[in-house]
Amino acid sequence: MAKFSIRELDIWFHQVHALSQASLEIESNEILSIIGPSRSGKTTFLRMLNRLNELERGFRMSGKVEMDAKDIMTEDRELIRKKVGMVFALPLPLPLSIFDNVAYGPRMHGVKSKKKLEEITEDTLKKAYLWDEVKDRLRVSAFKLSGGQQQRLCIARTLAVSPQVVLFDEPCSGLDPISTAKVEEAMLKLKENYTIVLVTNNVKQAARVGDKTAFFLSGELIEMGDTQKIFTAPKDKRTEDYISGKFG
Amino acid sequence: MNSKKSQKIAFIFLLLATLLIIVPVGLIIAIIIQKGLPGISWEFLSDIPRKGMRAGGIFPAIVGTLYLVSGAIIFALPIGLFSAIYLSEYAKDNFLTRIIKLAIVNLAGVPSVVYGLFGLALFVVFFKFGASILSGSLTLGIMILPLIITASREALESVPYSFREVSWSLGASKWQTIRNIVLPNAIPGILTGTILGLGRAAGETAPILFTVAAFYLPQLPRSIFNQAMALPYHLYVISTQVPNVDEKIRYGTALVLLTMVLFMNLIAVVIRYKFRKKKKW
Repeated sequence: MAKFSIRELDIWFHQVHALSQASLEIESNEILSIIGPSRSGKTTFLRMLNRLNELERGFRMSGKVEMDAKDIMTEDRELIRKKVGMVFALPLPLPLSIFDNVAYGPRMHGVKSKKKLEEITEDTLKKAYLWDEVKDRLRVSAFKLSGGQQQRLCIARTLAVSPQVVLFDEPCSGLDPISTAKVEEAMLKLKENYTIVLVTNNVKQAARVGDKTAFFLSGELIEMGDTQKIFTAPKDKRTEDYISGKFG
Repeated sequence: MNSKKSQKIAFIFLLLATLLIIVPVGLIIAIIIQKGLPGISWEFLSDIPRKGMRAGGIFPAIVGTLYLVSGAIIFALPIGLFSAIYLSEYAKDNFLTRIIKLAIVNLAGVPSVVYGLFGLALFVVFFKFGASILSGSLTLGIMILPLIITASREALESVPYSFREVSWSLGASKWQTIRNIVLPNAIPGILTGTILGLGRAAGETAPILFTVAAFYLPQLPRSIFNQAMALPYHLYVISTQVPNVDEKIRYGTALVLLTMVLFMNLIAVVIRYKFRKKKKW
């Protein structure tokens, strides 16, 4: 069964029509890559899935977003965000230690036991391929880490609240190729247990990690399908032009 | 005129204007120290005024000012901070919010004597607190509220929006985010604003004139419903109302008041400096 089912989704910010009539399904334990030029509505779509959009001024929507067959707009907002984690474009550690960054989410959800928090921290840092690099200095400020390490710390922090879905919003836009490879490795491993939606500006990255790929343009979903198919035999001319680098 | 020459002239004018600011500040401090320092002694700081304030010390005025400043902050800090949190974190950007923000800005521009009159009407007369430390503290508190609100709002808004988003995205509620992420990172800025407010409250004469200040009170106040002496008003009294007060007593009083206010400002500067060094984003 589909994890997310989105039907005729329209989003406006004030008078700007950011997304129009998007309908698609997102399957469990898959990576869906979303590609498209800037201002194509892909990030708006992503931020709909964990209800971050509604904090912006002038937000309006119509249509339906269902997660596990329940309308997310009628569910508890904090609960949706706990189930649907997000890794942002730039590494955004909180001004806390490495340990406290990872433990922040669980603490907010009432986990108090130090032992439990240590378990969670070790477990999620391992999943984010960061544990070996930081295990001796968990009390150090997260700002002491390199950009790539910070981004993996953010992945661990997201996993710490045991989400079912992880949203990645151009997670490698500020990283060098080696750090990018590590983040991609983590993503591929994660899809065994999580549903992953990846917004990326990097078409090649979509081809490397995505099971499915969706192409957005000017707020419209142009085409979506198996990554293999989108990249070898796209149905729409615009998709072909974009992935072959004719515009964007 | 070539560009090099005009650049030189502009530079000289800008430098002169800057130097011009330093001169009066330096002069004021120098004169007060020069004339006031001989009057400072342990007796001057710890004794009550004697011989119609022409001898003895200024201890009751120092204590009175400390009481007033503490009272003002106990009242103004929580209210100011809470309203700042509401305005910067919760309030929607609508007509009412804009009116409130405008009112706060204007409140900061109200002359202090008007606060004095307002305090007299509201606290002294209407609430029947009489001329008392309570009335004076509340009046000073209202006077420094806009300062505290503005400083707190700036401190809260300087915490990056992305930190809030991260916290929300982990399922933390708005209030959890404020308490655990926003406030801890805003506290240095809030403290700085509060201390500057304290300095302002310590130095003002007009708001305490009708609400608390006693002309001459040889004993210390026993409760918040007593009148009290205060440094700025005492300085006014011995400078204009009592003839033949020795110059070193007047300047000594001014020096004590100036030191108190400058010391508070210094603390604010130190906090700000330390925070800037520690700031990580």
